[in-house]
Amino acid sequence: MGLLSRRATCNTHGQDSSYFLGWQEYKKNPYNEVNNPNGIIQMGLAENQLCLDLLEPWLMKNPDALGLKRDGISIFKELALFQDYNGFPAFKRALVDFMGEIRGNKVSFDPNHVVLTAGATSANETLMFCLADQGDAFLLPTPYYPGFDRDLRWRTGVEIVPIHCTSSNGFKVTLPAIEQAYRQAQKRKLRVKGVLITNPSNPLGTTMARDELYLLINFIEDKQIHLISDEIYAGTVFTSPSFVSVMEVLKGRNLDQTQVWERVHIVYSLSKDLGLPGFRVGAIYSNDPVVVSAAIKMSSFGLVSSQTQYLLSAMLFDKKFTKEYMSENHKRLQKQQKDLVSGLEKAGIRCLDSNAGLFCWVDMRHLLKSNTFEAEMELWQKIVYHVKINISPGSSCHCIEPGWFRVCFANMLESTLKLAIQRLKSFVSSIAMKSQSHQELKSLRRKARNNWVSRLSLQSFYDREQDTTTEVSFSYRPHFMSLSNIAATLDAAA
Amino acid sequence: MLSSKASCNSHGEDSSYFLGWQLYDNNPFHGVVNPTGIIQMGLAENQLSFDLVESWLRKNLDAMGLKKDGESVFREALFQDYHGLPAFKKELVEYMAKIRGNKVTFDPNNLVLAAGATSANETLIFCLVDPGQAILLPTPYYPGFNRDLKWRTGVEIVPVHCWSSNGFRITMSALEDAYQSAQTLNLKVKGVLITNPSNRLGTTMTREERSHLITFAIAKNIHIISDEVFAGTVFDSPGFISIMEAAMDRSLENENPGLWNRIHIVYSLSKDLGLPGFRVGMIYSNNETVVSAATRMSSFGLVSSQTQYLLSNMLANKKFTSKYMKENQKRLKRKKEMLVSGLRTSGMECLKSNAGLFCWVDMRHLLSSNTFEAETKLWKTILCEVGLNMTAGESCHCSEPGWLRVCFANKSQATVQIAMRRLRDFAER
Repeated sequence: MGLLSRRATCNTHGQDSSYFLGWQEYKKNPYNEVNNPNGIIQMGLAENQLCLDLLEPWLMKNPDALGLKRDGISIFKELALFQDYNGFPAFKRALVDFMGEIRGNKVSFDPNHVVLTAGATSANETLMFCLADQGDAFLLPTPYYPGFDRDLRWRTGVEIVPIHCTSSNGFKVTLPAIEQAYRQAQKRKLRVKGVLITNPSNPLGTTMARDELYLLINFIEDKQIHLISDEIYAGTVFTSPSFVSVMEVLKGRNLDQTQVWERVHIVYSLSKDLGLPGFRVGAIYSNDPVVVSAAIKMSSFGLVSSQTQYLLSAMLFDKKFTKEYMSENHKRLQKQQKDLVSGLEKAGIRCLDSNAGLFCWVDMRHLLKSNTFEAEMELWQKIVYHVKINISPGSSCHCIEPGWFRVCFANMLESTLKLAIQRLKSFVSSIAMKSQSHQELKSLRRKARNNWVSRLSLQSFYDREQDTTTEVSFSYRPHFMSLSNIAATLDAAA
Repeated sequence: MLSSKASCNSHGEDSSYFLGWQLYDNNPFHGVVNPTGIIQMGLAENQLSFDLVESWLRKNLDAMGLKKDGESVFREALFQDYHGLPAFKKELVEYMAKIRGNKVTFDPNNLVLAAGATSANETLIFCLVDPGQAILLPTPYYPGFNRDLKWRTGVEIVPVHCWSSNGFRITMSALEDAYQSAQTLNLKVKGVLITNPSNRLGTTMTREERSHLITFAIAKNIHIISDEVFAGTVFDSPGFISIMEAAMDRSLENENPGLWNRIHIVYSLSKDLGLPGFRVGMIYSNNETVVSAATRMSSFGLVSSQTQYLLSNMLANKKFTSKYMKENQKRLKRKKEMLVSGLRTSGMECLKSNAGLFCWVDMRHLLSSNTFEAETKLWKTILCEVGLNMTAGESCHCSEPGWLRVCFANKSQATVQIAMRRLRDFAER
């Protein structure tokens, strides 16, 4: 009998993956403009730090929100005692209004269908516990957020079966890919309970097209399974096409009174849009009252601090502020993304065309030594340890093609971004030079070998003719050795 | 369509414990607005010392305002590292040690933060026990454990029966019996979870009980989880002895490192400091693997950084925490004594207690028969006719009918008096 549980001793938490290892390396040697200018620049963390300067003045102008006062009177006691898993009513109202606003008010949400959780991490796990049993499966389009391996599988015992998407069509979800994943699950004797999408996508930074959403809705309708739409990046859509939530599509197709309506659930959080990951504010939204009821009870395991609920209800109720904030947020995200994309372009690196998120999906296939994941790992290690930038390799996101990397841009100053781009440019040039000299050496060696081979075969022809091998081979051995020595020296220099 | 967890009853929220709450929610007592409403005596909350906390807050506006020396520290307060704010963990372990009379010291690296003890308990079970295995729990126990320890983990609870004949103390034979029952049910026992001070009884564990537990855990090679959330509510002698202190007294670190690595503490600020809304819980373990796994699992229930910042400042003020602890204990003792004497006038005796926010009350003589049906009838009568929401022993898995838990720390003196008057009238009938 093991001393600890299987969960405690297995690897399903996935934290031995490169995604997390890169973070650890960064922590050992973090870049700091003043104190550690040669340190590792963190581009593996999808955090939005571009608008904190907008939040701070709001806090100064609204001391009651932080000071836990209402109209100047302390409500500390009321909040300190408030542990109702139904959530602070004012906060839920403010949250659904904010969610509606982000979706252009084309959908409205009912606060009674919201379940508050300690971050989207908790929301996703809770939904798994509510919708699937141990040994069931959810289908997930790849590439996907590495944390899902832990959040959806670790303690729940649920399996993930990937829906493989490729660069051939910009990583869009296709019907054959979904069906292939479903068949794969059946082969593995796994009961598929649903599909989970991240829209806007992490790590792609793209929003799902309407036809992708139709495809998914038709599929779940046909198979009578659930659809979870993780929309935590909904507020980071900085350019067209605009964000279309799965809820909007359902309403548009008049599916809001049907069974499918109750099998579609949204996960949201304030960590990405508002840049407040530390406050642990997540939410599940479901049209199924049974799911809401079960999820609310489960939320006991990860409630949002009442202190935080109060602060944020005040902030989100300030519609003027949220409107200005979101507008400025989009502007800054767009600029930072453009800077990264154009900077990488100058280094000969292209990014997937994106309109959302806090990162770019970067194509470094041409920098791989071979079209393999080993080569991708080798490249990643070089970038982390020598170029000193932490980025996330596509394999950690379960991408089926080697050579893609997620590079975050919203957690740094413009100057840091410039420096990172500079480092990458130098790295790419040095590879190009090495590659060029390697090519030159290769062709030199090829020429030399060709000469030697042709001489050898000529000589052996002569040898055979004269049958004086010893003399002849001796006379050519030094020549052969000196050529191979040269080749070896060139290899070592490469 | 949904999971079996979503469709079953293992969350336990259909038990009477929660029904009483619902009725109270519909008709809550209020001194002015609703003087005939139901008085909530089923909620173990500490509301007696808020004025002390509020006074500290008024003098330390920076902590609430996410400032330090007048400068904003908002950005630093935004981190989400599951290792927790180092300053906060440092203050927490010092506070925990202080509550234990500084007879134990704790290492902040062995502390894992969680969103309340609810989250801490569940996480610990996830780390120590596989689905289908079992944990032993002395009865009576907190009804919430049915949800916290079993629901999503798939783990079973096997009760260790305790009886009024010896003041509900844990005996070696009760532990052995429980172990046997588990074996009969084909359940592998992975550990025993105790709540010390006890939530129901309001008592601290005796030296004998601690000794039994340690001997038992060594013999069966199992874990001990000590839920010490009420540690700061000990208002009378005998003082509180943490399981960690007991382990140190027996030099377990050297004599039996196996058990030393199988002892884990759960703690929270909800009961001592009266801050349940802020969701601050923690696990403490000497076992590195447990700390590591629990830290990763804490991603599912981290403590808001805003809250960590505020409370690390509060706990850093040692003058405040000393004053708070002393005054809090005084007020708890006073309130408890008021309840005990009030109940006595109605002919009800309480189990002798020295801790907690409640009394364990003997109402066996009021039962129409020595059955749980009679107990439920009595509980309902007290709820609906007398207008007092108490917690029936059956919902706490008590082995004997007729015991009820009555909370006292969540109401004013005046309200307690009204409650006592209603009970007196009822008893006279």
